[in-house]
Amino acid sequence: MPEQLVFAMEVFLNGLMAGVLYALVALGFVLIFKASGIFNYAQGVMALFSAMTLVGIMKGQVPFAHVINAIFGTDVHYFGWTVPALLAIILTVAVMVLFAWAVQKYIFRHLVGQEPIILFMATIGLAYFLEGVGDLMWNSEIKKLDVGLPQGINEAIDSYTFNIFDYGFFIDNLDIVATVIAALLVGGLVIFSQYSKEGRAMRAVADDHQAALSVGVSLNFIWIMVWSVAGFVALVAGIMWGTKSGVQFSLSLIALKALPVLMLGGFTSIPGAIVGGLIIGVGEKLFEFAIGPMVGGATENWFAYVLALIFLVFRPQGLFGEKIIERV
Amino acid sequence: MLDSTVSYVTEDGRTIGGVVMEMKNITLRFGGVVAIKDISFDIREGEIRAIIGPNGAGKSSMLNVISGFYVPQDGEVLFHGKPRPQMKPYEVAQQGIARTFQNIALFEGMTVLDNVMTGRLNKMNSGLLAQAIWRGKAEQEEIENREKAEKIIDFLEIQHIRKTPVARLPYGLKKRVELARALVSEPSILLLDEPMAGMNVEEKEDMSRFILDVNDEFGTTIALIEHDMGVVMDLSDRIVVMDYGKKIGDGTPSDIRNNQAVIDAYLGVAHD
Repeated sequence: MPEQLVFAMEVFLNGLMAGVLYALVALGFVLIFKASGIFNYAQGVMALFSAMTLVGIMKGQVPFAHVINAIFGTDVHYFGWTVPALLAIILTVAVMVLFAWAVQKYIFRHLVGQEPIILFMATIGLAYFLEGVGDLMWNSEIKKLDVGLPQGINEAIDSYTFNIFDYGFFIDNLDIVATVIAALLVGGLVIFSQYSKEGRAMRAVADDHQAALSVGVSLNFIWIMVWSVAGFVALVAGIMWGTKSGVQFSLSLIALKALPVLMLGGFTSIPGAIVGGLIIGVGEKLFEFAIGPMVGGATENWFAYVLALIFLVFRPQGLFGEKIIERV
Repeated sequence: MLDSTVSYVTEDGRTIGGVVMEMKNITLRFGGVVAIKDISFDIREGEIRAIIGPNGAGKSSMLNVISGFYVPQDGEVLFHGKPRPQMKPYEVAQQGIARTFQNIALFEGMTVLDNVMTGRLNKMNSGLLAQAIWRGKAEQEEIENREKAEKIIDFLEIQHIRKTPVARLPYGLKKRVELARALVSEPSILLLDEPMAGMNVEEKEDMSRFILDVNDEFGTTIALIEHDMGVVMDLSDRIVVMDYGKKIGDGTPSDIRNNQAVIDAYLGVAHD
């Protein structure tokens, strides 16, 4: 087999796995957008915040230590205990549910029926607020996140491919774990929204508020639930990216990578978010591999956006988005 | 006037029970506009109660007060003899009061069957975990709910469009799907906001037949708003007439037919 093709296969596999992570972030957007029509700009910051909270809880950091020390003249930083990863994850989920409740109660409940652009502006405000609170609560240092996920080259794949192609593929164990978890999460979400009572109520709310009320669905409850689920998805994304490249501000920027994914997949489609993520992940890696050297590299920075732009021109509703039909 | 707890039998042999819901001195204002002015009336168990009146009389507002979409400034709603605390629309629905809308509020993206199934949301009890594992109680519940939904779909003769997305249906059928969704929740009171608005004669006849059948077969108490005087006179046991937010008549169809205030409101008065 020609060497180039073998390389391309490795690049393809790595692209698929990067795509899964993009899909994970995009999924958080789709959930909230479907149920409430809000494009949640804060999704990326939610991923950052949840990862920071997870690290903080695991290390036994005192929340708001900086503020406490400044006011009381004390010098506390740590409680002096560490929390096992699983328990810390459960506690972080609780924090994200609390966050969902607060967001609904103090912001979006007062904005029901407002223009989409106003709701969007509110999420921008929310993003900066949450970023500030995160730094204040857990300080802004770059943190290492280790919840015990395996990392490093997968030896089995390496030796297996070496035997076949005379060239060992480099596949990171973390990417494999991320793919499996993302697949489970996506499957779970699809089953949840199609078959559970709450999922059915969620689809009802997404479709028509008045009708949902008339069959006895509490809008408030559904919105809190959706924001909680989005918070949970953000946490999963935060764990994956945080483990990969440390918990730091740039983590919140992965949300921007989710935008082209959404344009490709459609803002209202869960399968669309997955397929869109995979296309972007594979596309940008293969493009860099094949075309990158000719144009001086760094194509990964813009490839996704240009692809999304082309899509916008020819299929504005995305691959799986609901068709836009204007009746006259 | 009959005692509120006494039941009686109608000419066509249906039993009308005591009062289930009573509106007491309801006043509703939007800013300076008084939509409903000090109106009282009651609804008896098993009857078909109509609210009629010219455009802008406040009929829909009244229905919205009953279903919790509007909160009146004054007055109270008594349900089964007890004053009802202020409730959100979804809480009213959970109490067993279902409704349809004048402008149809369906889940356009879902199929007819899915729409009707949402009407069973409040009848589903098993928790998330049970549903996730999809066993025992949850499964049995789903089967039961599905059976109820199919029964209502058969009853309203919409089997042939079960799997059709609602957005593709003509107006008359949409109205019927909305009725199905309200009915499948087995409501104790069914509120219909202009169920025949915008229909042709044939569709109106169908809808009238369904309303009578629902009342007859399930014993459902029905309160409806309607413009068409002829239809109302044929359908209802008792009628409330509203005009400019005030009640100008209340009684059986023959009472209303002979009520001078009602005749004036509908035909206009000669000013001399």
